[in-house]
Amino acid sequence: MATKNTDFVSIFYRWLSSIDLVLIVSLILLIALGTAILFSATGENEAMMNNHTIHLILATFIMLIASQIPSEMLNRWSIWIYIIGIILLILVLVQGSMGKGAQRWIELGGLRFQPSEIMKLAVPMMVASYFSKKNLPPGFKDVFIASLLVLVPMLLIVKQPDLGTALLVGTAGFFVIYFAGLPWKWLAATAVSAMIAAPLVFYFGMHDYQRQRVLTLFNPEADRLGSGYHIYQSTIAIGSGGVYGKGWLNGDQSRLDFLPERHTDFIFAVFGEEFGLLGNIILFALYIFIIWRGLYLATKGNDTFARLLGGSLSLTFFIYLLVNTGMVSGLLPVVGVPLPLISYGGTSLVTLMAAFGFLMGMRRRKKGYGESNSIQ
Amino acid sequence: MEKRVTIKSEREEHRLFRSRAIVAAIFVFVALSLVIVRLIYLQVTSHDYYTTLSKENYQKRTPIPPVRGLIYDRNGALLADNHVEYVLAAKRDDVKDMDRTLKRLMQLLPITPQDVVKFKQKLRVNSRFHPVVLRKNLTEKEVATFSANKLRFDGFKVSVRMQRNYPLGSVAGHLLGYVGRIDKRDLKRIDNEEYKGSTHIGKTGIEKYYEKRLHGKAGYELTEVDAHGKPQVKLDDKAPIAGEDLYLSIDLELQIKAEELLREHNGAMVAIDPRNGEVLAMVSMPAYDPNLFVNGISYANYNALRDNPDRPLYNRAMQGSYPPGSTIKPMAALVGLSAGVTTPGRSIYAKGFFQIPGNKHRFRCWKKAGHGHISLNRAIYQSCDVYFYDLAFRMGIKRYAKGMRKFGFGLKTGIDLPSERSALMPTPEWKRKRFDQFWYPGDTVNSAIGQGYFTATPLQLAHATATLSTHGRKVRPHILRATRVSRNLPEKLVTPEQLPSIGVTKLRYWDDVIRGMVNVVHGAHGTGRRSGAGAKYRFAGKTGTAQVFGIAQNKTYDASKLKKKLHDHSLFVAFAPVKNPRIALAIIAENAGGGSKVAAPLARQLLDTYLLTDKQKEEILEAKNKAAGIKKEADDGH
Repeated sequence: MATKNTDFVSIFYRWLSSIDLVLIVSLILLIALGTAILFSATGENEAMMNNHTIHLILATFIMLIASQIPSEMLNRWSIWIYIIGIILLILVLVQGSMGKGAQRWIELGGLRFQPSEIMKLAVPMMVASYFSKKNLPPGFKDVFIASLLVLVPMLLIVKQPDLGTALLVGTAGFFVIYFAGLPWKWLAATAVSAMIAAPLVFYFGMHDYQRQRVLTLFNPEADRLGSGYHIYQSTIAIGSGGVYGKGWLNGDQSRLDFLPERHTDFIFAVFGEEFGLLGNIILFALYIFIIWRGLYLATKGNDTFARLLGGSLSLTFFIYLLVNTGMVSGLLPVVGVPLPLISYGGTSLVTLMAAFGFLMGMRRRKKGYGESNSIQ
Repeated sequence: MEKRVTIKSEREEHRLFRSRAIVAAIFVFVALSLVIVRLIYLQVTSHDYYTTLSKENYQKRTPIPPVRGLIYDRNGALLADNHVEYVLAAKRDDVKDMDRTLKRLMQLLPITPQDVVKFKQKLRVNSRFHPVVLRKNLTEKEVATFSANKLRFDGFKVSVRMQRNYPLGSVAGHLLGYVGRIDKRDLKRIDNEEYKGSTHIGKTGIEKYYEKRLHGKAGYELTEVDAHGKPQVKLDDKAPIAGEDLYLSIDLELQIKAEELLREHNGAMVAIDPRNGEVLAMVSMPAYDPNLFVNGISYANYNALRDNPDRPLYNRAMQGSYPPGSTIKPMAALVGLSAGVTTPGRSIYAKGFFQIPGNKHRFRCWKKAGHGHISLNRAIYQSCDVYFYDLAFRMGIKRYAKGMRKFGFGLKTGIDLPSERSALMPTPEWKRKRFDQFWYPGDTVNSAIGQGYFTATPLQLAHATATLSTHGRKVRPHILRATRVSRNLPEKLVTPEQLPSIGVTKLRYWDDVIRGMVNVVHGAHGTGRRSGAGAKYRFAGKTGTAQVFGIAQNKTYDASKLKKKLHDHSLFVAFAPVKNPRIALAIIAENAGGGSKVAAPLARQLLDTYLLTDKQKEEILEAKNKAAGIKKEADDGH
């Protein structure tokens, strides 16, 4: 930043070069589409749309700030953010055990937020930070330690219980290990052991309602009014949309309250109903482009930490999309994962936009590429 | 495992990252393609299927049940109406904290712990979306109390429902019948569309026979509803059309009087207006209260009714097959006259018994000494059995049965009530089919006096008497007199159904037989002369005493030695006035003894009830009181 040119135009150009216009434009397109469908899904609820606007402004602001944070600084902060996050998670659990049942929120100084949301960023940052100081590809010890860094917060979140977020936090951490160069053999071994563990987790590690959600997946019509209700209604909404959809604001299934959580986790069903298969393909094209752009930006990252974090955040974004659309279309069990950047709710929007801000900041000091190396 | 060089190779790491990113990109593409394939399956392949489901999903047709038609007697007295009932109910899904809400409700309204226990049981077995009744029959005050505190009982609702009510209880219960909950058998015969909102249906009697008219046409409301079934927008509706009001031909005063008179005995009474076939009264005793059945009769109540040896559930007036005894003698006489086997002038010599030539069996007359020389007229008013044995024997069963069937014996009258019985006018064919036995001449002789295999319902007897009173003009008996579609429209009278007349052409035959019947009550030697005494109008009648128990050839009937169940039935048929008759009736008092002793006086009282003006009735009552007063004074004087 050391430059003598101080006029506003050049500052603006420098700033412009620090962000990724391609990503910004595609994000704006996606958010525009999302805002349109949210308007329909909330039943043209003005108060909610006002809130959504505030969320968008806040998220954009945070994204722009995040894009200016040097990755080195982020690397240094990682451990502290991670530790604070773990403490807050434990606080949430203590609060929950004091008779308030399922508890995800915490109040600090009048501010209500979900610590688990912080961990979506804190865990991949922590793991990336850990690997940035190691030789890659990692050895067994590094993978083991990294796995612990992922599993501890994950288990704390499962305890809340919030399976969806735990899954996202876990995959975010796992993707860092993957990008760090987790040997394929181990990856295969992990996959195999996961397959073996799945039934054990199903029978011994799940709450009844969670088990029911999994069972429902295989036969959603068996209990249409009970656990299968969400999937039954969302498949009707999507299926009845057809190729061209029923048109914006014309999705009677979603607009007539048949569809629960239609402006949050099940907003994809509203989209599919009103915009049809064509709309879905355009939506997926936009998402895939954003994910691709994220991965591209990550490869251009100026250090190991930036690359690992960037890659992980891009794939986590993809996992959001996959789990949500898979769930709403009846391919995956119902877990509380929002449709990224579209579902109503400020927390997830802010987290995601912050992540995109980090991604943009990664290649800011492109010059250093190929020369910078650190000696441990 | 850490054997590697400690110097980080940026280039190496970068290449590693790139390859990982490419693999990840491929994975992203493949995984999202799978979702797209799923979406193609939903939105293209199964589009039609889900479109159908979506239509069923958001349009909810709520049926609106029609208001059931009311039932009145011929003078507009109410026999069946609908009570508005308030019930307190809730759906499991709508109440958040059931126990607390119930506790609070119990503080506010008179709800017993049993109500709560029952309610909870019902909640468990009903679907979450099905409202379950906590308390029925809320008073207006309770409804107001609840409404004022409604917000504290989230999910509980007071709803109105119509309940069939029979204000007179058991009066005319058999013929009115009752409504009950629609069951599986009903579902097979009804139009499901019309009954979607209805809970009750006519089960017996008028309620069943005129179910379609009484029920009306269901309406509906088409609404867009949310996933919880809550209506959002009304799309279309159709108002229900209330059922028709029915005016029966029943005369409530006569009906009640007959029920009072028969209360002492089991039995039945049917009265018909011979001019148009209108049934003026139809009584079967003992009776039951149809209100018991409306909301599902309790097991205890039902068992009590079913196992009652007097069989109160059964409508004796049209389902009871009784040996008609001598009451059929006037009809038998007409059949004989028209067959030419006798004439009004012909006399026979009647000993105390009848013997079929070449057979020693004696068919005895009720008068052991015999009637001596006897004509048809006297054979009727003295009820000579031998005359009719002889008549039927010479006619033969075929001609006799054919003639009696013209009067309606052995056939359903076709009255507008369900489950009528045809009873039996026996024939040789019937006996062969039924018992695989030959018809003996003795069977013919027995049926001549309404015994043996011959049975008839009180309705058939009344109808045959009515036909006789009008010289053979036959009208189908019916109970529905008029209908009213709407309160604002006039009643529409039902046209009586004229049946083919009886083929007895000679008027003097009718007159002779009727003269015989008049002599029964007004003649000095008539069997029912006591019942005719002091009548303000002339009437015609015929007594009957039906044997329930076969008496052996060498024994005599002694009521005091027989169980009540085996005592003779007491019967009487009558019509009045003789000229231009307005009422014909048949009455049977089970196991009450001779027709002249019990049934005939009852019949007289009923004829008085129907025919006399209020003033005349008052005079009679006064005279009676006076007589009682004199008697009392005389008694006190001793």
